Amino acid sequence: MSNAAAFSGGYVANRGPSVEGFLLPATDEESIGFFEAARRGELVVQACTACGRLRHPPRPMCPTCRSTEREWRPVAPTGKVWSYVIPHPPLLEPYSSVAPYNVIVVELDENPLIRFVGNLVEDVDAPLDSVDPHGIGIGEPVECVFRTFTRPDGSTESLPFWVRRSG
Amino acid sequence: MSPAGLRDATAIVGIAQTPFAKHLDPPEIELACQVIVDACADAGIDPREIGALCSYTMEATEEVDIVRNIGCGDITFFSQVGYGGGAGCGVVGQAAMAVATGQAEVAVAWRSRKRGSGPRPWTNTSVQLRVPGQWTRPYGLLRPVDEIGLLTRRYMHEYGATRDHLANVAIAVRKHANRNPEAMMYDRPMTRDDYMQSRWISEPLCLFDNCLETDGALACVITSADRAKDLRHPPAYVHAFAQGLPPEHQTMVNYFNDDPLTGPAWACARRLWANADFGPEDVDVAQLYDAFSPLILLSLEGYGFCKRGEAPGFTENGNLEWGTGSLPVNTSGGGMSEAYVHGFNLITEGVKQMRGTSTAQVEGAETCLVTSGEGVPTSALLLRR
Ligand SMILES: [Zn+2]
Repeated sequence: MSNAAAFSGGYVANRGPSVEGFLLPATDEESIGFFEAARRGELVVQACTACGRLRHPPRPMCPTCRSTEREWRPVAPTGKVWSYVIPHPPLLEPYSSVAPYNVIVVELDENPLIRFVGNLVEDVDAPLDSVDPHGIGIGEPVECVFRTFTRPDGSTESLPFWVRRSG
Repeated sequence: MSPAGLRDATAIVGIAQTPFAKHLDPPEIELACQVIVDACADAGIDPREIGALCSYTMEATEEVDIVRNIGCGDITFFSQVGYGGGAGCGVVGQAAMAVATGQAEVAVAWRSRKRGSGPRPWTNTSVQLRVPGQWTRPYGLLRPVDEIGLLTRRYMHEYGATRDHLANVAIAVRKHANRNPEAMMYDRPMTRDDYMQSRWISEPLCLFDNCLETDGALACVITSADRAKDLRHPPAYVHAFAQGLPPEHQTMVNYFNDDPLTGPAWACARRLWANADFGPEDVDVAQLYDAFSPLILLSLEGYGFCKRGEAPGFTENGNLEWGTGSLPVNTSGGGMSEAYVHGFNLITEGVKQMRGTSTAQVEGAETCLVTSGEGVPTSALLLRR
Protein backbone atom coordinates (compact mmCIF):
# COMPACT_ATOMS: atom_id res chain seq x y z
CA MET A 1 0.00 0.00 0.00
CA SER A 2 1.25 3.46 -0.86
CA ASN A 3 2.04 6.22 1.56
CA ALA A 4 -0.67 8.30 -0.07
CA ALA A 5 -3.19 5.75 1.10
CA ALA A 6 -1.81 5.95 4.61
CA PHE A 7 -2.29 9.71 4.63
CA SER A 8 -5.77 9.56 3.22
CA GLY A 9 -6.66 7.24 6.06
CA GLY A 10 -6.53 4.17 3.85
CA TYR A 11 -4.15 2.28 6.06
CA VAL A 12 -4.20 2.99 9.75
CA ALA A 13 -3.58 0.40 12.42
CA ASN A 14 -5.75 1.50 15.31
CA ARG A 15 -5.60 -1.53 17.52
CA GLY A 16 -7.35 0.18 20.38
CA PRO A 17 -6.42 1.51 23.80
CA SER A 18 -4.24 -0.04 26.49
CA VAL A 19 -5.53 -2.37 29.21
CA GLU A 20 -5.95 0.70 31.42
CA GLY A 21 -7.81 2.52 28.65
CA PHE A 22 -5.07 4.97 27.62
CA LEU A 23 -5.25 5.93 23.97
CA LEU A 24 -2.45 4.52 21.85
CA PRO A 25 -1.20 5.75 18.48
CA ALA A 26 -3.03 4.65 15.36
CA THR A 27 0.21 3.97 13.53
CA ASP A 28 0.46 4.25 9.76
CA GLU A 29 3.11 3.36 7.22
CA GLU A 30 4.80 6.70 7.79
CA SER A 31 5.06 6.43 11.59
CA ILE A 32 5.52 2.71 12.16
CA GLY A 33 9.33 2.98 12.08
CA PHE A 34 9.26 5.50 14.91
CA PHE A 35 7.31 3.16 17.13
CA GLU A 36 9.49 0.19 16.20
CA ALA A 37 12.52 2.20 17.34
CA ALA A 38 10.66 3.21 20.50
CA ARG A 39 10.17 -0.49 21.25
CA ARG A 40 13.98 -0.81 21.18
CA GLY A 41 14.30 2.22 23.47
CA GLU A 42 15.62 4.46 20.74
CA LEU A 43 14.39 7.98 19.93
CA VAL A 44 14.47 8.56 16.19
CA VAL A 45 13.43 11.41 13.93
CA GLN A 46 12.66 11.20 10.24
CA ALA A 47 15.48 12.63 8.12
CA CYS A 48 15.65 13.57 4.46
CA THR A 49 18.54 11.58 3.02
CA ALA A 50 18.87 14.03 0.13
CA CYS A 51 19.34 17.30 2.05
CA GLY A 52 19.67 16.02 5.60
CA ARG A 53 16.80 17.99 7.08
CA LEU A 54 15.05 16.46 10.10
CA ARG A 55 11.25 16.62 10.22
CA HIS A 56 8.54 15.71 12.68
CA PRO A 57 5.80 14.54 12.49
CA PRO A 58 6.99 12.28 9.67
CA ARG A 59 5.68 12.62 6.12
CA PRO A 60 6.54 11.21 2.70
CA MET A 61 8.18 14.29 1.14
CA CYS A 62 10.79 16.76 2.33
CA PRO A 63 9.22 20.25 2.14
CA THR A 64 12.69 21.76 1.68
CA CYS A 65 14.06 19.76 -1.27
CA ARG A 66 10.99 17.65 -2.27
CA SER A 67 12.89 14.39 -2.05
CA THR A 68 10.95 11.33 -0.94
CA GLU A 69 14.14 9.57 0.18
CA ARG A 70 13.93 9.28 3.94
CA GLU A 71 15.27 7.35 6.90
CA TRP A 72 15.02 7.17 10.68
CA ARG A 73 17.90 8.87 12.39
CA PRO A 74 18.69 8.37 16.10
CA VAL A 75 18.80 11.62 18.05
CA ALA A 76 20.05 12.48 21.56
CA PRO A 77 17.03 11.82 23.80
CA THR A 78 17.29 15.09 25.68
CA GLY A 79 15.48 18.38 25.39
CA LYS A 80 13.78 21.27 27.13
CA VAL A 81 10.18 22.02 28.01
CA TRP A 82 8.86 24.36 25.28
CA SER A 83 5.38 24.69 26.74
CA TYR A 84 2.89 22.83 28.93
CA VAL A 85 -0.81 22.70 29.68
CA ILE A 86 -2.76 21.28 32.62
CA PRO A 87 -6.04 19.63 31.60
CA HIS A 88 -8.90 19.41 34.09
CA PRO A 89 -12.15 17.43 33.68
CA PRO A 90 -14.38 16.85 31.80
CA LEU A 91 -12.01 14.41 30.09
CA LEU A 92 -12.17 10.84 28.90
CA GLU A 93 -11.45 8.00 31.31
CA PRO A 94 -8.83 7.08 32.41
CA TYR A 95 -7.35 10.55 31.88
CA SER A 96 -9.99 12.18 34.07
CA SER A 97 -9.03 9.98 37.03
CA VAL A 98 -5.45 11.34 37.00
CA ALA A 99 -6.42 14.95 36.22
CA PRO A 100 -5.11 17.53 36.66
CA TYR A 101 -2.01 16.23 34.87
CA ASN A 102 0.48 17.87 32.53
CA VAL A 103 0.98 17.68 28.79
CA ILE A 104 4.26 19.17 27.63
CA VAL A 105 5.92 20.05 24.37
CA VAL A 106 9.64 19.25 24.33
CA GLU A 107 12.14 20.83 21.96
CA LEU A 108 15.14 18.58 21.33
CA ASP A 109 18.59 19.79 22.38
CA GLU A 110 20.01 18.44 19.16
CA ASN A 111 17.57 20.44 17.02
CA PRO A 112 15.12 22.75 18.84
CA LEU A 113 12.86 22.87 15.77
CA ILE A 114 12.04 19.21 16.36
CA ARG A 115 9.38 19.10 19.04
CA PHE A 116 7.44 16.27 20.67
CA VAL A 117 4.23 16.31 22.66
CA GLY A 118 4.46 14.17 25.82
CA ASN A 119 4.01 13.95 29.56
CA LEU A 120 6.51 14.86 32.28
CA VAL A 121 6.48 12.04 34.86
CA GLU A 122 8.45 11.13 37.98
CA ASP A 123 9.85 7.94 36.44
CA VAL A 124 9.15 5.65 33.55
CA ASP A 125 6.17 3.92 35.15
CA ALA A 126 4.83 6.75 37.31
CA PRO A 127 1.29 8.02 36.67
CA LEU A 128 0.51 11.14 34.65
CA ASP A 129 -0.09 13.13 37.83
CA SER A 130 3.19 12.08 39.49
CA VAL A 131 4.78 15.48 38.90
CA ASP A 132 3.23 18.60 40.44
CA PRO A 133 2.12 20.37 37.27
CA HIS A 134 2.48 23.78 38.87
CA GLY A 135 6.18 23.16 39.41
CA ILE A 136 6.92 22.79 35.71
CA GLY A 137 8.91 25.54 34.06
CA ILE A 138 9.43 26.38 30.43
CA GLY A 139 13.08 25.69 29.59
CA GLU A 140 13.41 22.84 32.11
CA PRO A 141 15.79 20.10 30.91
CA VAL A 142 14.17 16.71 30.37
CA GLU A 143 15.10 13.36 28.98
CA CYS A 144 13.22 10.66 27.17
CA VAL A 145 12.19 7.32 28.66
CA PHE A 146 10.05 4.73 26.92
CA ARG A 147 6.88 3.48 28.54
CA THR A 148 5.38 0.27 27.25
CA PHE A 149 1.62 -0.17 27.19
CA THR A 150 -0.16 -3.50 26.74
CA ARG A 151 -3.47 -3.92 24.95
CA PRO A 152 -6.13 -6.41 26.04
CA ASP A 153 -5.03 -8.69 23.16
CA GLY A 154 -1.47 -8.79 24.55
CA SER A 155 0.08 -6.57 21.88
CA THR A 156 2.27 -3.72 23.10
CA GLU A 157 3.17 -0.17 22.14
CA SER A 158 6.10 1.89 23.41
CA LEU A 159 5.81 5.66 23.64
CA PRO A 160 8.32 8.36 24.59
CA PHE A 161 7.68 9.91 28.01
CA TRP A 162 9.84 12.54 29.69
CA VAL A 163 11.55 12.79 33.08
CA ARG A 164 13.49 15.63 34.65
CA ARG A 165 17.21 15.81 33.93
CA SER A 166 19.59 17.60 36.27
CA GLY A 167 21.51 20.51 34.76
CA MET B 1 -2.27 47.26 -6.06
CA SER B 2 -3.83 44.01 -7.18
CA PRO B 3 -6.51 43.85 -9.88
CA ALA B 4 -10.02 44.76 -8.78
CA GLY B 5 -11.14 41.12 -8.67
CA LEU B 6 -13.70 40.63 -5.97
CA ARG B 7 -13.41 44.11 -4.52
CA ASP B 8 -16.90 45.45 -3.76
CA ALA B 9 -18.32 43.34 -6.60
CA THR B 10 -20.80 41.60 -4.31
CA ALA B 11 -22.64 42.28 -1.09
CA ILE B 12 -24.32 40.44 1.73
CA VAL B 13 -27.94 41.49 1.39
CA GLY B 14 -29.87 39.11 3.64
CA ILE B 15 -29.16 37.54 7.02
CA ALA B 16 -31.11 35.35 9.42
CA GLN B 17 -30.60 33.35 12.58
CA THR B 18 -32.52 30.97 14.81
CA PRO B 19 -32.73 31.53 18.54
CA PHE B 20 -29.48 30.48 20.25
CA ALA B 21 -29.91 27.96 23.07
CA LYS B 22 -28.34 25.01 24.81
CA HIS B 23 -31.07 22.94 23.19
CA LEU B 24 -33.38 23.51 20.25
CA ASP B 25 -35.94 20.87 19.34
CA PRO B 26 -35.95 20.96 15.51
CA PRO B 27 -33.33 18.89 13.66
CA GLU B 28 -30.41 20.65 11.99
CA ILE B 29 -31.95 20.36 8.51
CA GLU B 30 -35.11 22.14 9.65
CA LEU B 31 -33.09 24.90 11.32
CA ALA B 32 -30.98 25.27 8.16
CA CYS B 33 -33.97 25.50 5.83
CA GLN B 34 -35.69 28.01 8.08
CA VAL B 35 -32.73 30.39 8.29
CA ILE B 36 -32.07 30.19 4.55
CA VAL B 37 -35.69 31.03 3.76
CA ASP B 38 -35.63 33.78 6.39
CA ALA B 39 -32.40 35.24 5.02
CA CYS B 40 -33.95 35.34 1.55
CA ALA B 41 -36.99 37.10 2.97
CA ASP B 42 -34.70 39.56 4.74
CA ALA B 43 -33.10 40.32 1.38
CA GLY B 44 -36.39 40.36 -0.51
CA ILE B 45 -35.21 37.58 -2.83
CA ASP B 46 -37.24 34.45 -3.65
CA PRO B 47 -35.41 31.21 -2.68
CA ARG B 48 -36.04 30.00 -6.25
CA GLU B 49 -33.45 32.53 -7.39
CA ILE B 50 -30.64 30.89 -5.41
CA GLY B 51 -27.97 29.57 -7.75
CA ALA B 52 -25.12 28.81 -5.35
CA LEU B 53 -24.98 27.01 -2.02
CA CYS B 54 -21.88 27.15 0.16
CA SER B 55 -21.22 25.56 3.54
CA TYR B 56 -18.65 23.94 5.81
CA THR B 57 -17.28 20.44 5.28
CA MET B 58 -18.41 19.89 8.87
CA GLU B 59 -21.95 20.96 7.95
CA ALA B 60 -24.36 18.07 8.48
CA THR B 61 -27.06 19.42 6.18
CA GLU B 62 -26.41 18.78 2.49
CA GLU B 63 -27.19 20.78 -0.60
CA VAL B 64 -29.59 18.17 -2.00
CA ASP B 65 -31.64 18.27 1.18
CA ILE B 66 -31.67 22.06 1.31
CA VAL B 67 -32.81 22.22 -2.32
CA ARG B 68 -35.62 19.71 -2.03
CA ASN B 69 -36.91 21.39 1.11
CA ILE B 70 -36.81 25.08 0.29
CA GLY B 71 -37.83 24.75 -3.33
CA CYS B 72 -34.81 25.92 -5.28
CA GLY B 73 -34.46 25.94 -9.04
CA ASP B 74 -31.16 24.92 -10.65
CA ILE B 75 -28.13 25.16 -8.40
CA THR B 76 -25.06 25.83 -10.54
CA PHE B 77 -22.35 26.27 -7.93
CA PHE B 78 -21.82 24.48 -4.62
CA SER B 79 -18.74 24.25 -2.45
CA GLN B 80 -17.71 23.34 1.06
CA VAL B 81 -14.80 24.75 3.00
CA GLY B 82 -12.79 22.65 5.43
CA TYR B 83 -11.18 23.02 8.84
CA GLY B 84 -14.12 23.61 11.16
CA GLY B 85 -14.12 27.09 12.60
CA GLY B 86 -11.61 28.25 9.99
CA ALA B 87 -14.22 27.87 7.28
CA GLY B 88 -16.86 30.55 7.97
CA CYS B 89 -15.50 33.53 6.06
CA GLY B 90 -14.25 31.14 3.39
CA VAL B 91 -17.78 29.89 2.85
CA VAL B 92 -19.08 33.43 2.37
CA GLY B 93 -16.03 34.41 0.32
CA GLN B 94 -16.49 31.48 -2.05
CA ALA B 95 -20.16 32.34 -2.39
CA ALA B 96 -19.12 35.90 -3.27
CA MET B 97 -16.64 34.56 -5.82
CA ALA B 98 -19.37 32.46 -7.40
CA VAL B 99 -21.51 35.55 -7.86
CA ALA B 100 -18.64 37.78 -8.99
CA THR B 101 -17.54 35.28 -11.63
CA GLY B 102 -21.03 34.73 -12.99
CA GLN B 103 -21.54 31.16 -11.77
CA ALA B 104 -24.69 32.25 -9.98
CA GLU B 105 -26.68 35.44 -9.41
CA VAL B 106 -27.70 34.70 -5.85
CA ALA B 107 -25.67 32.66 -3.39
CA VAL B 108 -26.47 31.41 0.08
CA ALA B 109 -24.01 30.45 2.82
CA TRP B 110 -25.14 28.79 6.02
CA ARG B 111 -24.21 26.89 9.16
CA SER B 112 -26.61 24.79 11.21
CA ARG B 113 -25.27 23.03 14.24
CA LYS B 114 -26.64 21.39 17.35
CA ARG B 115 -23.39 21.55 19.26
CA GLY B 116 -25.18 22.47 22.48
CA SER B 117 -27.22 19.28 22.73
CA GLY B 118 -25.10 17.03 20.49
CA PRO B 119 -21.97 15.06 21.39
CA ARG B 120 -18.63 16.75 21.95
CA PRO B 121 -16.56 15.96 18.86
CA TRP B 122 -13.40 15.16 20.87
CA THR B 123 -15.09 12.22 22.60
CA ASN B 124 -15.02 10.27 19.33
CA THR B 125 -11.47 8.95 19.64
CA SER B 126 -11.72 6.47 16.80
CA VAL B 127 -11.38 9.26 14.25
CA GLN B 128 -8.81 11.28 16.18
CA LEU B 129 -5.79 9.03 16.52
CA ARG B 130 -4.32 9.49 13.06
CA VAL B 131 -1.94 12.23 11.93
CA PRO B 132 -1.33 14.34 13.95
CA GLY B 133 -3.47 12.80 16.71
CA GLN B 134 -1.24 9.78 17.12
CA TRP B 135 1.49 12.15 18.32
CA THR B 136 -0.70 14.01 20.82
CA ARG B 137 -3.86 12.18 21.97
CA PRO B 138 -2.17 9.33 23.88
CA TYR B 139 -0.70 11.93 26.26
CA GLY B 140 -4.12 13.24 27.22
CA LEU B 141 -4.09 16.21 24.85
CA LEU B 142 -7.69 15.40 24.06
CA ARG B 143 -9.74 18.54 23.50
CA PRO B 144 -9.39 21.69 21.42
CA VAL B 145 -9.01 23.66 24.67
CA ASP B 146 -5.98 21.55 25.66
CA GLU B 147 -4.40 22.09 22.25
CA ILE B 148 -4.88 25.86 22.34
CA GLY B 149 -3.92 25.99 26.04
CA LEU B 150 -0.51 24.59 25.16
CA LEU B 151 0.03 27.32 22.57
CA THR B 152 -1.32 29.94 24.98
CA ARG B 153 1.19 29.01 27.70
CA ARG B 154 4.01 29.50 25.22
CA TYR B 155 2.49 32.82 24.13
CA MET B 156 2.35 34.00 27.76
CA HIS B 157 5.95 32.93 28.29
CA GLU B 158 7.31 34.69 25.21
CA TYR B 159 5.38 37.94 25.53
CA GLY B 160 4.69 38.31 29.24
CA ALA B 161 0.93 38.03 28.78
CA THR B 162 -1.08 37.23 31.91
CA ARG B 163 -4.54 35.96 32.77
CA ASP B 164 -5.57 39.60 33.13
CA HIS B 165 -5.11 40.04 29.40
CA LEU B 166 -7.26 37.01 28.65
CA ALA B 167 -9.82 38.41 31.09
CA ASN B 168 -9.80 41.73 29.19
CA VAL B 169 -10.94 39.81 26.13
CA ALA B 170 -13.58 37.73 27.92
CA ILE B 171 -15.00 40.74 29.77
CA ALA B 172 -15.19 42.89 26.62
CA VAL B 173 -17.21 40.35 24.68
CA ARG B 174 -19.42 39.63 27.69
CA LYS B 175 -20.25 43.32 28.01
CA HIS B 176 -21.32 43.30 24.38
CA ALA B 177 -23.50 40.24 24.95
CA ASN B 178 -25.13 42.05 27.86
CA ARG B 179 -26.44 44.57 25.30
CA ASN B 180 -27.73 41.90 22.92
CA PRO B 181 -31.06 40.27 23.87
CA GLU B 182 -30.40 37.41 21.42
CA ALA B 183 -27.15 36.46 23.18
CA MET B 184 -27.07 33.38 25.42
CA MET B 185 -25.24 35.47 28.06
CA TYR B 186 -27.49 38.54 27.70
CA ASP B 187 -28.55 38.57 31.35
CA ARG B 188 -25.27 37.22 32.77
CA PRO B 189 -22.83 40.04 33.58
CA MET B 190 -19.26 38.96 34.41
CA THR B 191 -16.78 40.73 36.66
CA ARG B 192 -13.02 40.25 36.73
CA ASP B 193 -13.50 38.37 40.00
CA ASP B 194 -16.02 36.05 38.32
CA TYR B 195 -13.43 35.37 35.65
CA MET B 196 -10.53 34.78 38.05
CA GLN B 197 -12.57 32.46 40.26
CA SER B 198 -14.11 30.34 37.53
CA ARG B 199 -12.99 26.74 37.28
CA TRP B 200 -10.06 25.60 35.20
CA ILE B 201 -10.71 23.76 31.98
CA SER B 202 -7.12 23.46 30.82
CA GLU B 203 -4.65 25.73 32.60
CA PRO B 204 -3.92 28.49 31.67
CA LEU B 205 -7.48 28.56 30.26
CA CYS B 206 -10.51 28.75 32.55
CA LEU B 207 -14.19 28.29 31.83
CA PHE B 208 -14.64 31.87 30.63
CA ASP B 209 -11.82 31.58 28.09
CA ASN B 210 -14.00 29.08 26.24
CA CYS B 211 -16.79 29.52 23.75
CA LEU B 212 -20.34 28.49 24.52
CA GLU B 213 -22.02 25.25 23.51
CA THR B 214 -24.94 26.24 21.32
CA ASP B 215 -27.75 24.89 19.17
CA GLY B 216 -28.42 27.33 16.37
CA ALA B 217 -28.28 28.14 12.68
CA LEU B 218 -27.50 31.18 10.57
CA ALA B 219 -27.51 32.06 6.90
CA CYS B 220 -26.66 34.93 4.65
CA VAL B 221 -27.53 35.82 1.07
CA ILE B 222 -24.96 37.26 -1.35
CA THR B 223 -25.66 38.92 -4.67
CA SER B 224 -24.03 41.39 -7.05
CA ALA B 225 -23.36 44.95 -5.97
CA ASP B 226 -25.61 46.16 -8.81
CA ARG B 227 -28.58 44.22 -7.59
CA ALA B 228 -27.81 44.93 -3.94
CA LYS B 229 -28.51 48.64 -4.43
CA ASP B 230 -32.19 47.94 -5.05
CA LEU B 231 -32.84 45.59 -2.15
CA ARG B 232 -34.36 46.14 1.29
CA HIS B 233 -31.28 46.79 3.43
CA PRO B 234 -28.10 48.80 3.01
CA PRO B 235 -25.65 46.39 1.36
CA ALA B 236 -22.67 45.07 3.30
CA TYR B 237 -20.16 44.97 0.47
CA VAL B 238 -17.58 42.19 0.38
CA HIS B 239 -14.59 44.45 -0.05
CA ALA B 240 -11.94 41.73 0.22
CA PHE B 241 -11.68 38.09 1.08
CA ALA B 242 -8.84 35.66 1.74
CA GLN B 243 -8.09 32.23 3.04
CA GLY B 244 -4.86 31.37 4.84
CA LEU B 245 -2.74 28.24 5.27
CA PRO B 246 0.87 28.99 6.26
CA PRO B 247 3.91 26.75 5.67
CA GLU B 248 4.03 23.41 7.50
CA HIS B 249 0.99 24.22 9.60
CA GLN B 250 -0.65 21.49 11.67
CA THR B 251 -4.33 21.99 12.44
CA MET B 252 -4.92 22.85 16.11
CA VAL B 253 -1.54 21.43 17.19
CA ASN B 254 0.73 23.91 15.45
CA TYR B 255 3.75 23.14 17.60
CA PHE B 256 5.97 21.62 14.97
CA ASN B 257 6.96 24.38 12.56
CA ASP B 258 9.60 27.09 12.85
CA ASP B 259 7.36 29.74 14.38
CA PRO B 260 4.19 28.37 15.97
CA LEU B 261 3.01 31.76 17.28
CA THR B 262 2.50 33.14 13.79
CA GLY B 263 -0.35 31.05 12.50
CA PRO B 264 -2.86 31.05 9.65
CA ALA B 265 -4.02 34.61 10.43
CA TRP B 266 -0.71 35.92 9.15
CA ALA B 267 -1.00 34.11 5.82
CA CYS B 268 -4.63 35.17 5.44
CA ALA B 269 -3.91 38.79 6.35
CA ARG B 270 -1.16 39.18 3.76
CA ARG B 271 -3.58 38.36 0.94
CA LEU B 272 -6.52 40.18 2.50
CA TRP B 273 -4.75 43.52 2.84
CA ALA B 274 -3.11 43.14 -0.58
CA ASN B 275 -6.63 42.88 -2.03
CA ALA B 276 -8.05 45.83 -0.09
CA ASP B 277 -8.10 49.59 -0.62
CA PHE B 278 -7.51 50.19 3.08
CA GLY B 279 -5.53 48.77 5.97
CA PRO B 280 -6.03 47.69 9.58
CA GLU B 281 -5.86 51.29 10.80
CA ASP B 282 -9.06 51.99 8.82
CA VAL B 283 -11.10 49.18 10.37
CA ASP B 284 -13.90 50.59 12.54
CA VAL B 285 -15.06 47.37 14.19
CA ALA B 286 -13.87 43.75 14.14
CA GLN B 287 -15.45 40.35 14.67
CA LEU B 288 -12.57 38.03 15.57
CA TYR B 289 -13.06 34.30 15.88
CA ASP B 290 -13.16 33.42 19.55
CA ALA B 291 -13.55 29.74 20.25
CA PHE B 292 -10.97 30.62 22.92
CA SER B 293 -9.95 34.04 24.23
CA PRO B 294 -6.24 33.74 23.23
CA LEU B 295 -7.26 33.38 19.58
CA ILE B 296 -8.28 37.03 19.69
CA LEU B 297 -4.77 38.00 20.83
CA LEU B 298 -3.22 36.04 17.98
CA SER B 299 -5.67 37.54 15.48
CA LEU B 300 -5.02 41.12 16.62
CA GLU B 301 -1.35 40.52 15.80
CA GLY B 302 -1.89 38.45 12.68
CA TYR B 303 -4.21 40.98 11.04
CA GLY B 304 -1.88 43.83 11.90
CA PHE B 305 -3.77 45.82 14.55
CA CYS B 306 -0.61 45.69 16.63
CA LYS B 307 2.85 44.19 16.37
CA ARG B 308 3.77 40.71 17.38
CA GLY B 309 3.62 40.30 21.15
CA GLU B 310 1.75 43.59 21.59
CA ALA B 311 -1.79 42.21 21.68
CA PRO B 312 -1.84 41.85 25.49
CA GLY B 313 -1.21 45.60 25.84
CA PHE B 314 -3.72 46.29 23.07
CA THR B 315 -6.50 44.77 25.22
CA GLU B 316 -5.90 47.17 28.10
CA ASN B 317 -8.05 50.15 29.18
CA GLY B 318 -11.17 48.75 27.53
CA ASN B 319 -9.61 49.04 24.10
CA LEU B 320 -11.71 46.17 22.71
CA GLU B 321 -14.95 47.47 24.19
CA TRP B 322 -17.82 49.34 22.59
CA GLY B 323 -17.96 52.96 23.71
CA THR B 324 -14.36 53.17 24.96
CA GLY B 325 -12.12 51.18 22.68
CA SER B 326 -10.23 52.04 19.53
CA LEU B 327 -11.29 48.64 18.13
CA PRO B 328 -14.58 47.24 19.47
CA VAL B 329 -14.41 43.47 19.00
CA ASN B 330 -17.21 40.92 18.77
CA THR B 331 -19.98 43.43 19.31
CA SER B 332 -22.72 40.80 19.55
CA GLY B 333 -20.86 38.86 22.24
CA GLY B 334 -19.18 36.53 19.74
CA GLY B 335 -18.60 32.84 20.26
CA MET B 336 -17.78 33.26 23.94
CA SER B 337 -20.89 35.15 24.98
CA GLU B 338 -23.51 35.29 22.19
CA ALA B 339 -23.45 31.83 20.61
CA TYR B 340 -20.91 29.41 19.23
CA VAL B 341 -22.03 28.41 15.76
CA HIS B 342 -18.57 27.96 14.26
CA GLY B 343 -18.17 31.70 13.91
CA PHE B 344 -21.09 32.32 11.59
CA ASN B 345 -22.68 34.78 14.03
CA LEU B 346 -19.53 36.91 13.66
CA ILE B 347 -20.34 37.29 9.96
CA THR B 348 -23.96 38.29 10.51
CA GLU B 349 -22.88 40.72 13.25
CA GLY B 350 -20.47 42.29 10.78
CA VAL B 351 -23.40 42.79 8.41
CA LYS B 352 -25.48 44.35 11.20
CA GLN B 353 -22.65 46.82 11.92
CA MET B 354 -22.60 47.81 8.24
CA ARG B 355 -26.40 48.24 8.31
CA GLY B 356 -26.23 50.27 11.52
CA THR B 357 -28.44 47.84 13.44
CA SER B 358 -26.08 46.19 15.96
CA THR B 359 -27.05 46.29 19.64
CA ALA B 360 -23.51 47.66 20.18
CA GLN B 361 -23.51 49.80 17.08
CA VAL B 362 -20.23 51.57 16.43
CA GLU B 363 -21.19 55.10 15.48
CA GLY B 364 -20.59 55.72 11.80
CA ALA B 365 -18.89 52.35 11.24
CA GLU B 366 -18.01 51.98 7.57
CA THR B 367 -15.65 49.01 7.66
CA CYS B 368 -15.63 45.71 9.51
CA LEU B 369 -13.10 42.87 9.58
CA VAL B 370 -14.54 39.41 10.20
CA THR B 371 -12.18 36.50 10.81
CA SER B 372 -12.54 32.76 11.15
CA GLY B 373 -10.65 30.34 13.37
CA GLU B 374 -7.02 30.96 14.23
CA GLY B 375 -5.05 27.78 14.92
CA VAL B 376 -6.60 26.12 11.87
CA PRO B 377 -6.47 26.94 8.14
CA THR B 378 -8.55 30.07 8.18
CA SER B 379 -10.30 32.84 6.24
CA ALA B 380 -11.38 36.45 6.64
CA LEU B 381 -13.71 39.02 5.11
CA LEU B 382 -13.47 42.77 4.91
CA LEU B 383 -16.94 44.26 4.80
CA ARG B 384 -17.74 47.87 4.03
CA ARG B 385 -20.95 49.81 3.75
ZN1 LIG C 1 15.28 17.40 1.81
